[in-house]
Amino acid sequence: MATPYKTIIKDGLWENNGVIAMLLGMCPTMAVTTSATNGLGLGIATALVMAASSLLVALFRNTITQEVRIPVFILIIASMTTLVDLCMNAWMHEMYKVLGLFIPLIVSNCLPLARLEAFAAKEPVGRSFVDGLFMGIGFTLALVVIGAIRELIGNGTIFADAALLLGPAFHFMELRLLPADTGVLLAILPPGGFLVTGLVLVAKRMIDLAAGKEIRMAGAHSV
Amino acid sequence: MSRATWIHASILGAFCLGFGIVLAVTDQQTNDDIKQRILEDKERSLSQVLPTAIHDNSPVTDTIILKDAKGEDVTVYRATKGGQVTGVAYTIVGTGYAGPIRLMLGVDAEGKILGVRVITHKETPGLGDKIQVDKGDWILRFNGLSFANTPLEKWKVKKDGGQFDQFSGATITPRGVVGAIREGLHFFDAQKSKMLEAG
Repeated sequence: MATPYKTIIKDGLWENNGVIAMLLGMCPTMAVTTSATNGLGLGIATALVMAASSLLVALFRNTITQEVRIPVFILIIASMTTLVDLCMNAWMHEMYKVLGLFIPLIVSNCLPLARLEAFAAKEPVGRSFVDGLFMGIGFTLALVVIGAIRELIGNGTIFADAALLLGPAFHFMELRLLPADTGVLLAILPPGGFLVTGLVLVAKRMIDLAAGKEIRMAGAHSV
Repeated sequence: MSRATWIHASILGAFCLGFGIVLAVTDQQTNDDIKQRILEDKERSLSQVLPTAIHDNSPVTDTIILKDAKGEDVTVYRATKGGQVTGVAYTIVGTGYAGPIRLMLGVDAEGKILGVRVITHKETPGLGDKIQVDKGDWILRFNGLSFANTPLEKWKVKKDGGQFDQFSGATITPRGVVGAIREGLHFFDAQKSKMLEAG
């Protein structure tokens, strides 16, 4: 039975969110979320790679045998990441200068692999594409939220340098909410990543509890 | 080997071949553009330390390779006007709080600093990154300085008895940058005759 699109989208964005429900992709999450802009950048690049690899795996799902599926999945993710890296470097160079460092990190993110294994290897092409895309968007949202909190506490700003990433038209996003030099630096340093991510996880569970939902341990396989 | 093994191996091999071809084609398609972008980046960072007014050549292609005090190769970009070398720029490296800080230093023919810009660094965001020109004007204070107008013992941060401000909460980063610029000027003095040779 194919999963309805509405469930796929809701799972990706909230119920089974890669970061705040499944706790996958913690390495890039901690490393990149020193600002909301960085989080947004890596999120977009990851969503692109996830959508493309889910589509490809679903397309070839009947050809790829059980025994070699993991190396093939990793091959596909790595190829898509390299494609995004090369194309961005050549044709979106300004964005690449900001994001370039983070793009290779996508391969080390276990979220794309988990989604290929749990979803794209079994479901039809359209649904897999939507799953990859919305899991990626959910990942982006989580990164932006964690990044925004860390940046606000640590630096007093939100979306600083967004114009460097998205173009001059996005200067309006760059907000300074607290005066300069009042930031608590800890939030931007590595411990802040753990603290803020933990608090965001608590917040997600409290919202779920308030909505009367049962809290269960979510895993990559509980689609 | 069993038949099944052959099947799995050929599937894996086919995917490797397929995606290998895709990547090779993409690499070929993007190669020239990427080279062009890297050249543009370099031109832009050079134009910040070698003002366009002082040269009529393209410094990014007019390079010589010299050895620094440690015997390592340094690429020196030369700005020339009417065949005369009016300024040179080269990469200098300082030791920061979180690894090396790479900077581009531009010096005119008299050994006066035309400009310094950070190329890459891993300093703490919000503290050490004030050495970037887009985050603060600290790096601009070196413009116009030289060993001639600033005695050698003053080329340190204030904490070490020199004349350059450190930032609140960050001493190591400015110390690394000042040290790198000092070494860079020594390099200029040592190689001056070679750098300024015409042609």
